[in-house]
Amino acid sequence: MPVLSLITFLPLIGALLIWFLPMSSKGHRGLALLTTLVTFAVSLQLWFGFERGTADFQYVEKLAWIPDFGVSYHLGIDGISILLVLLSTFLGIIGVLASWTAVEKRTKSYYAFLLVLQTGMTGVFVSLDLFLFYVFWEAMLIPMYFLIGIWGGERRLYAAVKFFLYTMFGSLLMLVALIYLAVTYYQQTGVMSFDLLEIYSVALGREQQLWLFAAYALAFAIKVPLFPFHTWLPDAHVEAPTAGSIILAGVLLKMGTYGYVRFCLPLFPEATVAAVPVIAILSVIGIIYGALVAMVQPDIKKLVAYSSVSHLGFVMLGVFALNIQGLQGGMLQMINHGVSTGALFLLVGMIYERRHTRLIENFGGITKVMPAFAVCFLIVTLSSIGLPGTNGFVGEFLVLLGAFAANKWYGVLATTGVILAACYMLWMFQRVMFGVIKHKENEDLKDLNLREWITVLPLLILIFWMGIYPKPFLDTMDASLKNVLVQVGQAPPQIPNMDTHGDHDDHSDYRVIPMDDDTNLVMIDSGKAPDATLMSQETELKDAGASNENAPGEEME
Amino acid sequence: MDLFWLIPFLPLIGFLINGIGIKWVPKQLAGLIACSVVGIAFAIAVGAFLELRSLPVADRSVTHVMFPWIMAGQFNVNVAFLWDQLSSVMVMIVTGVGFLIHVYSLGYMKNDPGFKRYFAYLNLFTFAMLLLVMGDNFLLLFVGWEGVGLCSYLLIGFWYQKDSATDAGKKAFIVNRIGDFGVLLGMFLVYWNTGSLTFVEVFERAPAVFIAGAALPTAITLLFFLGATGKSAQLPLYVWLPDAMEGPTPVSALIHAATMVTAGVYLFARASGLFAMAPDAMMVVAIVGALTAFMAATIGLVQNDIKRVLAYSTVSQLGYMFLAVGSGAYIAAIFHLMTHAFFKALLFLGSGSVIEACHHEQDMRKMGGLRKKMPITSTTFMIGSLALAGVPIFAGFFSKDEILYNTFTSGTLGAIGPVLWVIGALAALMTAFYITRAVAMTFYGEPKDKEIHDHAHESPSVMTVPLMILAVASTVGGFLGIPIFMKYNVMHNWLGPLIGGGGHGAHGGDHGAVTEHGTTHLAAGPSDHGGGHAEHNVTLEVILMGISVAIALFGIVWAWQNYVKHPKRAEAMGARFPGLYKLLDGKWFVDEFYNAVIVVPIVGFSKFLWTVVDSEFVDGLVNGTGKLMRGIGSALRPVQSGLTPNYATAILVGAIVIMGYVVLGGAR
Repeated sequence: MPVLSLITFLPLIGALLIWFLPMSSKGHRGLALLTTLVTFAVSLQLWFGFERGTADFQYVEKLAWIPDFGVSYHLGIDGISILLVLLSTFLGIIGVLASWTAVEKRTKSYYAFLLVLQTGMTGVFVSLDLFLFYVFWEAMLIPMYFLIGIWGGERRLYAAVKFFLYTMFGSLLMLVALIYLAVTYYQQTGVMSFDLLEIYSVALGREQQLWLFAAYALAFAIKVPLFPFHTWLPDAHVEAPTAGSIILAGVLLKMGTYGYVRFCLPLFPEATVAAVPVIAILSVIGIIYGALVAMVQPDIKKLVAYSSVSHLGFVMLGVFALNIQGLQGGMLQMINHGVSTGALFLLVGMIYERRHTRLIENFGGITKVMPAFAVCFLIVTLSSIGLPGTNGFVGEFLVLLGAFAANKWYGVLATTGVILAACYMLWMFQRVMFGVIKHKENEDLKDLNLREWITVLPLLILIFWMGIYPKPFLDTMDASLKNVLVQVGQAPPQIPNMDTHGDHDDHSDYRVIPMDDDTNLVMIDSGKAPDATLMSQETELKDAGASNENAPGEEME
Repeated sequence: MDLFWLIPFLPLIGFLINGIGIKWVPKQLAGLIACSVVGIAFAIAVGAFLELRSLPVADRSVTHVMFPWIMAGQFNVNVAFLWDQLSSVMVMIVTGVGFLIHVYSLGYMKNDPGFKRYFAYLNLFTFAMLLLVMGDNFLLLFVGWEGVGLCSYLLIGFWYQKDSATDAGKKAFIVNRIGDFGVLLGMFLVYWNTGSLTFVEVFERAPAVFIAGAALPTAITLLFFLGATGKSAQLPLYVWLPDAMEGPTPVSALIHAATMVTAGVYLFARASGLFAMAPDAMMVVAIVGALTAFMAATIGLVQNDIKRVLAYSTVSQLGYMFLAVGSGAYIAAIFHLMTHAFFKALLFLGSGSVIEACHHEQDMRKMGGLRKKMPITSTTFMIGSLALAGVPIFAGFFSKDEILYNTFTSGTLGAIGPVLWVIGALAALMTAFYITRAVAMTFYGEPKDKEIHDHAHESPSVMTVPLMILAVASTVGGFLGIPIFMKYNVMHNWLGPLIGGGGHGAHGGDHGAVTEHGTTHLAAGPSDHGGGHAEHNVTLEVILMGISVAIALFGIVWAWQNYVKHPKRAEAMGARFPGLYKLLDGKWFVDEFYNAVIVVPIVGFSKFLWTVVDSEFVDGLVNGTGKLMRGIGSALRPVQSGLTPNYATAILVGAIVIMGYVVLGGAR
């Protein structure tokens, strides 16, 4: 059974049914819920059927699509994409439930767009063909544009246009790059193909890699968003309807980070290593900048949006640490962010629906009238802060551990984000939830109803599951991420004395590259001044990686 | 002992029942569950302790692995618990004192609408604290470390409608996070150098990886110490603890006196083998400890809120513990941790009893003369005060004396030792003074507020019985650590083989041979680098002890003269040194300083980032580009409107480009 096609296109089928069958608005949402539930149920078999411990693509489907151009309908998942696919199908349900009573106008097109959006997102994660990937990548823009533009807040048009143009700009560069790749592949092999797995073997020179990397990286950086390409995000989030924000934060942003892991790292290893300082520094700036700006936001949604900039900075830093701890942390943090920030937007949406305001100053003392909501909100807040026991901690810890090995100062600076996260989240939480009720309108707010409980509970369960027992998630992504590191040609950071204690199995997964003694992580040298010794401990992974060059590719004319 | 791993889960179960069933569990049952889970945990702990004691010294370390937690490449951390000399002592303190405070809370919180929530939090705290002291690796310790921070946050802000309470809770959490920043970085350094975060493995590999006195162990130790200054309220991060008194008083007793705040001391005792390799850092620890002890004591002199006196006293006493740690006297630190848990919990609970009796009045200036109204509370409170002041036979005397002696003779501190001893002794003088002052203002003299006095009453037995038990512990607890020259010292015999740590520790090992068999230093030779003390000097110790006693008695008498015999003098004293009084009354203006130098600039800078950098600059560029594009677009295609057509055009252009490239590329 073509499971991936089914997962990808079931929402589209649902959307068509909603569009063409005559029914009431209750029918629209009911059908949308049914569609997402069925899709999720189908996708669950990926989780149970997925074979861990291999980096090979699974559930592969391949059909010729435009044979003349070598474009194929090639789907497949590995440890990197499976969790994102599951996240998309899972948040799809949450999105519909979050819209249940919040969206009243034009429900037919609303739910249809929501489902089309899901098809686009899922397609992005399962595509193994550059062109197919691009089609899904672009297709997903249209429903998102309308969701923001029609069902958004006051400045919805501005936000929608900004979102659209920003992303379009990046996509066009990506389009050029992918065509260049296909053409290069054709020149080298005489075969026309957009198939990612075949393109992986294309030989590129350093110069070529840098240009192509830049094109792809920019497209992805805008989507992530990496500082300073982030200004579309707060506007889009603030104006988008709740479900739009959940999907936007939960899944859309991950398309960018996923793109780096799937395309940039394996396709352009040399350029990746060369770009580490730039991207790592932008990530660190994003972490701190996002947190600081989040702190002074008067609007809860905007605060959460800027916190996303900070969190996605962690993801990017983990990925570009180019070691297994960082990558696993970054990958896990993608899922974490989807769950936690999705939950945050959901909860913010719940009080918005009651009060029609998101300004922090309009709240205060909500705990008194909505104790159950307060508990949920607190748990999600703590998960966003990265409290141990919640999912956020595991991801953040691994990211920082990995970043610290890559470059101590990235690790140190990024770790300050942990302090700042507590500042902005707890300050917001205090102003919204604690104190006495100052506004009359807040005095008789209703606590969570059954539907809201059902919507938020799965997210809470995930928060604790991933925090307390993350092993199934880490196991799932492990082999594929190690493979990415092999593709990039990175050796694991060396630990003194580990050869006598550690197991050697992990080493065998890498092409181990001898490192200079100077770049080793040991800082036993006691002769130097403290600072100098600290500096010498820096591990310049890029030195190690740079020694591993791909065969120089043929230059294009 | 096979069941020792159950200990942390009992309070967790209590939390889950009371937390999830908060709507359904009846109030009485909720209290019963919360208390009994901690009580049972204590019983299991005592049983497991006795069993551990029956084992030969070399075998006194049992690990129970629950499940693998985080794995990434070679990084591998389990959820696993450690039962050894140190964790067993800590667990007994946490569950024992914790149980008494749970029971006391039944009375104290009886009429609070948040009764069930309170007990759920208290159980959750106990769980987190047990994780902290039982985790077999740094990361699990850190889970407990942040977990107790969370509970502290929740319990300080328990009365969430009070802004001052939620401010204090937030402040506690954030200040602690600054410390946690250090702990995280410390863990990174430990992991990337030893390849493990498990205590046993790290300490085993440390001697091969680290060079004693080199920059790396120093950096690690200082980073962990940063964490300790947060959690254990030392300079410069102590500022949250006095504010934490906003929480219910039993919480202050449990979290902000007896258990959580001692986590930093525990961490240093646990990793003494590692930290002892950084003598420079230990010097810093000792100096910070001594200064904290001194400075907090000065502030304690002038506080009028009974809980704030005790809060600053706690900061000050924690300073002593770090003074001990820095001197290499880890066992003395743990000993003081224990006696302090007894007498400070007693004092806090006693103050709670007073506050309850005075209808939640905490200002000592409105109390006075309560001795006759509250005989049990006042007697037990005075026992606690004597223990705190360091009067012989009471618990605090033995532990504080041991710390001061070790400071004076510490090999690592060298010439600084006696200087720190002087600072410590001065702090001891002030300690005796401020606690006597508190006793005098509360229980002696004339009633200041007639209405409060008339309503005052002794607390119910559910509150007074814990007070009496703690009073007994504060009296006899010190005999677990009688001075070394008396040949038999329970603390050293028990902890010595694990912690070593020079000073009395080294001797403790020797003395242990008298009663125990086969003592071995498990820790990686800390006595080589750490407090390699001079030959034990009994004469010196007796002299120093005499000075301590004299100081304590002098402080008590001085305060007694001023506050009981001649109350007018006290007021005059403040007036005689207006500048000094203002400085102390303003708590050295540290909060104001932090606010002006850190908080305000950061918020201002953030606003600048948002309104100028983000909105004007970055977004300006974006919008400018957008306008430019639109300008070009409209120039090229005057008949354009809407965006979907634009998009379609773009796609079309894209498709043409693709085909163009492919065709051209294919042609070559």
